[in-house]
Amino acid sequence: MSTTTLPAPVHKMPREDYLNATYGLRSWLLTTDHKRIALLYLGSVTVFFFIGGLFATMIRIHLLTPNGFLVTPETYNKLFTMHGVAMIFFFLIPSIPAVLGNFLIPLMIGAKDLAFPKLNLLSWYIYLVGGCFVLYSFGTGGLDTGWTFYTPLSSVYSNSAVTPAVIGIFINGFSSILTGLNFIVTIHTMRAPGMTWFRLPLFVWAHYATSLVMVLGTPVIAITLLLVGLERMFHLGFFNPALGGDPILFQHLFWFYSHPAVYIMILPSMGVISEIIPTFARKPIFGYSFIAGSSIAIAVIGFLVWAHHMFVTGESTYAALTFSFLSYLVAIPSAVKVFNWTSTLYQGSISWDTPMIYAFGFIGLFLIGGLTGLFLACLGLDIHIHDTYFVVAHFHYIMVGGAVMGYVGGLHFWWPKITGKLYPEVLARIAAVTLFVGFNLTFFPQFMLGYMGMPRRYHTYPPEFQVLNVLSTAGASILALGYLLPMLYLTWSMRYGRVAGPNPWPATGLEWKTASPPPTENFDVTPEVDWEPYDFRNRPDLGLAASGPLPAPAHGDD
Amino acid sequence: MSEHIVSPKIYLVIFLTLMAGTAATVWAAYHNFGAFNIVIALAIATFKATLVVLYFMHARYSPKRTQLVIVCSIFWLAIMLVLTLADYRTRGMHESRLAPPSNSNLVRA
Ligand code: HEM
Ligand SMILES: [Cu+2]
Repeated sequence: MSTTTLPAPVHKMPREDYLNATYGLRSWLLTTDHKRIALLYLGSVTVFFFIGGLFATMIRIHLLTPNGFLVTPETYNKLFTMHGVAMIFFFLIPSIPAVLGNFLIPLMIGAKDLAFPKLNLLSWYIYLVGGCFVLYSFGTGGLDTGWTFYTPLSSVYSNSAVTPAVIGIFINGFSSILTGLNFIVTIHTMRAPGMTWFRLPLFVWAHYATSLVMVLGTPVIAITLLLVGLERMFHLGFFNPALGGDPILFQHLFWFYSHPAVYIMILPSMGVISEIIPTFARKPIFGYSFIAGSSIAIAVIGFLVWAHHMFVTGESTYAALTFSFLSYLVAIPSAVKVFNWTSTLYQGSISWDTPMIYAFGFIGLFLIGGLTGLFLACLGLDIHIHDTYFVVAHFHYIMVGGAVMGYVGGLHFWWPKITGKLYPEVLARIAAVTLFVGFNLTFFPQFMLGYMGMPRRYHTYPPEFQVLNVLSTAGASILALGYLLPMLYLTWSMRYGRVAGPNPWPATGLEWKTASPPPTENFDVTPEVDWEPYDFRNRPDLGLAASGPLPAPAHGDD
Repeated sequence: MSEHIVSPKIYLVIFLTLMAGTAATVWAAYHNFGAFNIVIALAIATFKATLVVLYFMHARYSPKRTQLVIVCSIFWLAIMLVLTLADYRTRGMHESRLAPPSNSNLVRA
């Protein structure tokens, strides 16, 4: 590759940075540095990603044959439940906000830290305590209610370890709330001079919207699951009809949080994409204020659509019609973003660096996920495909194809900032493509299976569905390779990677104006911002030619 | 941020009002107002909660932005309650209207 032929300037690692400022386990476990806490989160969400991934692997192996040959039906129920709980509550929800958001928001707005550094550390410990409860539940009897904890199964009939699990998720909720609160206050009060609201990176706007959802929504799920626990332990009648409760009330309360929660997962990822695209298209983002505003719109409208998960529960026809209509509305701000990203590409000088491959992957997969969401929001159609593999494929396209792609892409994009080192570019591109191929092979067959009527959460299926199921399992093994590769070479690069320098791409954000890795205080002097976001032309400090076509970015040579 | 000092007298008055509210709740619980039982209980509770937020939590003396946040949260809570209740209140309406006309309907027509 011609990467090596570029006259790459030789960079040296900074003498002192946040990684080597202090040493020892204590200096990490008691740190209040947002960058170190981000790395603590990186480690712990990765553990849960592995646990959830292990369960997923077992599910896919089990489904290789129509009768399933790996586990008993009871264990199968536990596998998909524990997969969902680990992935959603302990990996996907904290992933981008608590890792990348934590690391980057203060850097992006020119602050020394978050507004409440100790609360930030506390939120990590709360996450750990909640995680331990859930692992205890997994280890002592497991959990078989589905990640949705529907009553009265969860509150009365299930024989699995529901109580520790709901307590764990209740506790973990406070970690989310504290993170959201910290971000909101930080963004309001700690922006550097000149960093006006409309100069904020779109990543920050996305996290602002996410934080609103975290702060407003999380208390509802925490209390709702606590009520399940109380009903289970003390037979108080909230959801059990025999005790005067109402099981559908549980679904209202659960989805009142859990639909907005899907936006907790996808909004930060959209923020990542909004940073990557202008950098590797060498153009200001198209429609800055529309992208910023659509984040807020998604957060608000996202609260108005929850009962589209309940079309077949016996909710009122009028409520179903209303929620169907409102669900269509939420597609508008999502589409605004997709159109703006594609318009940004138009006439850009595009390069195929690894983060950009992830961004392209995100756009395509999120598009499919979002459009199939509209299928599901269509009342008549949903009666047929509700609780089939179509739904499973829909949300995996958004959550894995969208949110996780954004997370891995973002890790690559900011890896040089986090560690000061570059990852091996060729290997990284191969991994990105592997991930994309593996993902589609895993989940596209599931759309077809669902459309043909294969229900979700069953441990067997009719023999005519076998071919598609085998394809899906084959895809999953490619997908697993696509995740293992980055874990290996990113770890490798921490020691052996080429030194990155402060701004390797180069990108326009404030976080690239300080050393890589940054010093503990982030900036030697408080920066002043006098440029517009994503403006490559009026930034001589980036070292790009001022007139004529802008040169393609760092590795962009094909 | 400057702290507003609230005089002990105001605290005492609020406290006594809250106690009176509690007494009213107890009193109302022993009388049957039919459909208004729940309305009265919730009205008293809301009144008391408002006092707590305004005086004990100092919302009355807080900056405008804090007050805005409180109002927005209440609005957001209303979304949850109204849309959930909208389901419960309209259940079965559709079905009964589409049901085959009963005899009495035919007679009236
Ligand atoms: C943007 C990110 C989105 C995410 C992360 C997401 C995630 C999910 C999840 C997790 C479920 C399955 C819940 C379950 O039954 O366990 C689901 C179902 C559903 N999604 Fe999405 N979704 C997203 C966007 C959309 C959009 C834009 C729409 C429609 C406008 C939509 C409509 C639906 C509907 C109607 C269902 C219920 C399907 C059923 O159970 O019958 N989703 N989605
Ligand atoms: Cu939803």
